[in-house]
Amino acid sequence: MEKRKVVSSHAIPFWRDIRVLRVVSQIVFLVAIAAGIWWLLNNLQTNLRNSGLSITFRFLGDTAGFPISEGLTYDPTNVNVYAFLVGVVNTIRVAVIGIVLATIIGTLVGISRLSSNWLVRRLAALYVETVRNIPLLVQLFFWYFAVMLTALPLVKDSISLPGSIYLSRRGLYLPSLVPTASFSVWLWFLLGGLALAIVVYVLRRAQLKRADRPGIPIGWAAIALVLVAVAGWFIVSGNPLSIDLPVLKRFNFEGGLWLSTPFASLVLGLAMYTGAFIAEIVRAGILAVSKGQTEAAKALGLRKALVLRLVVMPQALRVIIPPLASQYLNLTKNSSLAILIGYYDLLNVGTTIFNQTGRAVEMILLIMGSYLTMSLFMSLLMNLYNRRIKLVER
Amino acid sequence: MKGERPVTDNEGIIICREVHKWFGDFHAIRGISLTVKRGEVDVICGPSGSGKSTFIRTINRLEEHQRGQIIVDGIELTHDLKNIETIRREVGMVFQQFNLFPHLTVMQNVTLAPVWVLKMRKGQAQKRAMELLERVGIPEQAHKYPGQLSGGQQQRVVIARALAMAPKIMLFDEPTSALDPEMIKEVLDVMKELARSGMTMIVVTHEMGFAREVADRIIFFDFGQLIEENTPEEFFHNPTHERTKLFLSQILQ
Amino acid sequence: MADERRTLHEVKGVLPPPSERIPVLRWLKQNLFRSWFNAILTVVAAAVILVVVYGLLRWALTEARWEVIPTNLRLLLVGTYPLEQMWRVWATIYLVVFLFGFSSGLRGGLIRRVSAGVAAVPIVLTVLPLPWGTRGWILGTAAAVAVGLGLGYLGKGNRWSKRLETAGWLLSFPISILLLNGVGGFLPVVEGRNKWGFMLNLLGAVVGIGLSLPVGVLLALGRRSKLPAIRLVCTAYIELIRGVPLISLLFMASIMLQLLLPANIRPDLVIRAMMTITAFSAAYMAENVRGGLQAIPKGQYEAAYAVGLKGMLTTVLIILPQALRAVIPAIVGQFIALFKDTTLFGFIAILELLNISRSILGNLEWRGRIFELYVFIGVVFWILCYTMSYVSRRIEKTLGVGER
Repeated sequence: MEKRKVVSSHAIPFWRDIRVLRVVSQIVFLVAIAAGIWWLLNNLQTNLRNSGLSITFRFLGDTAGFPISEGLTYDPTNVNVYAFLVGVVNTIRVAVIGIVLATIIGTLVGISRLSSNWLVRRLAALYVETVRNIPLLVQLFFWYFAVMLTALPLVKDSISLPGSIYLSRRGLYLPSLVPTASFSVWLWFLLGGLALAIVVYVLRRAQLKRADRPGIPIGWAAIALVLVAVAGWFIVSGNPLSIDLPVLKRFNFEGGLWLSTPFASLVLGLAMYTGAFIAEIVRAGILAVSKGQTEAAKALGLRKALVLRLVVMPQALRVIIPPLASQYLNLTKNSSLAILIGYYDLLNVGTTIFNQTGRAVEMILLIMGSYLTMSLFMSLLMNLYNRRIKLVER
Repeated sequence: MKGERPVTDNEGIIICREVHKWFGDFHAIRGISLTVKRGEVDVICGPSGSGKSTFIRTINRLEEHQRGQIIVDGIELTHDLKNIETIRREVGMVFQQFNLFPHLTVMQNVTLAPVWVLKMRKGQAQKRAMELLERVGIPEQAHKYPGQLSGGQQQRVVIARALAMAPKIMLFDEPTSALDPEMIKEVLDVMKELARSGMTMIVVTHEMGFAREVADRIIFFDFGQLIEENTPEEFFHNPTHERTKLFLSQILQ
Repeated sequence: MADERRTLHEVKGVLPPPSERIPVLRWLKQNLFRSWFNAILTVVAAAVILVVVYGLLRWALTEARWEVIPTNLRLLLVGTYPLEQMWRVWATIYLVVFLFGFSSGLRGGLIRRVSAGVAAVPIVLTVLPLPWGTRGWILGTAAAVAVGLGLGYLGKGNRWSKRLETAGWLLSFPISILLLNGVGGFLPVVEGRNKWGFMLNLLGAVVGIGLSLPVGVLLALGRRSKLPAIRLVCTAYIELIRGVPLISLLFMASIMLQLLLPANIRPDLVIRAMMTITAFSAAYMAENVRGGLQAIPKGQYEAAYAVGLKGMLTTVLIILPQALRAVIPAIVGQFIALFKDTTLFGFIAILELLNISRSILGNLEWRGRIFELYVFIGVVFWILCYTMSYVSRRIEKTLGVGER
């Protein structure tokens, strides 16, 4: 082998050196973005100075001065930040109930689309295709303005159902449970029952393990909890919970639990809309489990129910969970349409506060920040769940 | 037959000195030194994971070597963008997974690089492409899409596509490993013709029949190191190292 | 027939399959009444369907007063666009359907069938009780499609046809905007803010998708970049936008955008809405395109580099065509979602279809006609969205067939 003298590090002109190019292009990019942001912020400063405002959050401590018709206990003399909190809680209420309802609807409809019954299949498909192709806002308006406000009677002519339930244009009034003096004592019984339930669960599980049988003894734990709770009820003096009935006063009902029409329309519309998308996801997930899996399971002798529970659903869930999570996120974001049907969610309260105080930048930050937090939180939960059920591969 | 190939001069067209490469903590290539002469046909073999594919991919910078020197046709392979691009134009590569562009026809696959990199006129590139397709034996497939061809035909298109850039060196990374047995021969025939025409080739393969017929050298890799290299007769009949003997016993029946 | 059977028997062992027609009773039993549970389901479902359909029909034919629709049709569809300038709207429609006919004449296949449908719609619409002048314009649409079809068919094979087609579609974008909006000097400017009705929904969706596609592609490429700074910025943008609802962004556009711009730049409200929906859609488009990019095997990049193609060329010639083709269904889905989202423009006081209907309902004469209006709006959206998703599914199927 000839020993040829090769200079191993020519000075590589920097405009051709890959490493230099990589760093420089990033710097240029960052500078461009920074310049853009600086220009925007500069304008912001100028405009704010011209109108005599500045960015502070102190106004949050001022009195709100506007009513919020539902949610946590609130009156117009509370401060702005509390008003906003009421709005956030209202959003969460709608989101949680909407998600639960949408999942139920979606799963039922999704499975129906795979039913062996032709009529059921067609109905489910019709539902999905109709609901998915009409804008959500149109559906919400339909439920709220067209259905609820026209079809339901005025408060004084409420439909009354057995058990002190009243349905009217203002919403649904239900009897509610109110804690009494003896409630705190009964709470101890509940905690004790929970502890006993956990003990029972652990013991029974260990017992099953020793006998080498599968099983999750939730039933046993539940029975333990219920027994203790019921026992506590009788032991405690008086009733820990009392029933508060809605009573018709001059213009409105008082007492009881109130589900307003905007709330009901929002939940119904969101659940039906998102449910249609969830139905498609569930259907795709079940179809994604290759036929070979079902065949192998059947060949082993498992009955259809067990095949579904042990082989198909776990695998289908892996395919279903990620898009399902993003549908949940969509539902939460779509709850912001509440402002257009008069439900006091966080966007509604936020814009009201803005209208009262003129604080645009601060309220925008608060509103966007709240939604971002909720989104990030849900994504985090979903990533955790995903990681847990990931298939172990080489 | 080996005597028929024209050997031009004695300088090494590929010179590798003490080349090292790590993947994270894993030392994939451990100080390979190799010189390939112009017109030479080298076959690299070895157990899976021995670094043979990684090594030839460092030659056209699909992998970056971290230590040592690689000099191709007098140009050193460094971070210099111009060097890298020149070398890539002079080195052609045939992949195990074909990697044809599925959204283009065979003709478009072969003419793409000459038109866009060599700035050739479209008509000229197409003429050249047809000549090459005839050389590899499938001129009638010119206007079909890769998905419509068999594996053997696809691999031959890959060879034509690489040849369209008029490379001085051709690298083959297990070109027949993904083919059904009845299609291996047609690809090997094209490679043999290429070898006899004087192309410098480095071929990573398990096809020992091919090696015996046209290779000037067989190089044995194991654990990222060059263990042994020899002419085919010597390699098969008088292997020196234990690992070579073990490998040969495993692949030859 | 006899010959066919003889040929079949000649090939050894091949017999014709048993007859596949299932008598009606057997089909019913298998599909509707297979078990007790199924039978009950069928009965319940059928009962529900009958009740609902009967109720709907009865309402639609007796109680509903449908005059609210045709009387306000112009308002709903084009808002308060000045009557004497309406020819500009028609001109835009003609331009688009002409191009459509041209493309379908040139290419054939699926597009031709869709354009046949497009031509049929105006012919059907002329049956409706509309003023004769309008009907004339509507028929003109069918004529425009036919002319385009004819020219396209004639131009088949001509080298320039494809280029004309691409140029036509690309230019139609700015031309329609100029036509509708007006340019000071040539055409009187029509204020976008209050005047456009359903046309605004359509325009918003088209502008939104048209602009958000290139931006989304850039964002997706940026998110996959090996350079951490670019990757970070693109990821941050995508995640921030996807974490907030569109309506909050519209709120920001109507209130806060002014504060971020120098006092002398005051974009029109409609332009702000379009920019917002573009920025919003680009983030989702980026995620769709990213999915397509991820599906491309590494070997494609390697083959391109090995043959000497540089980074930019590789992306444009090899990677993007494959990636975009793979995510066409997702892109169409995004378009449908965008189209539905344009109904939110009403939140910032833009009179698009839904918002205009609310002001119609405010009119004393039409106060109770809520159901009729919303049913109409629902049907209009449904027809368009369903057609688009149907076309998307057919495209999916055709593309899949392109392989071996």
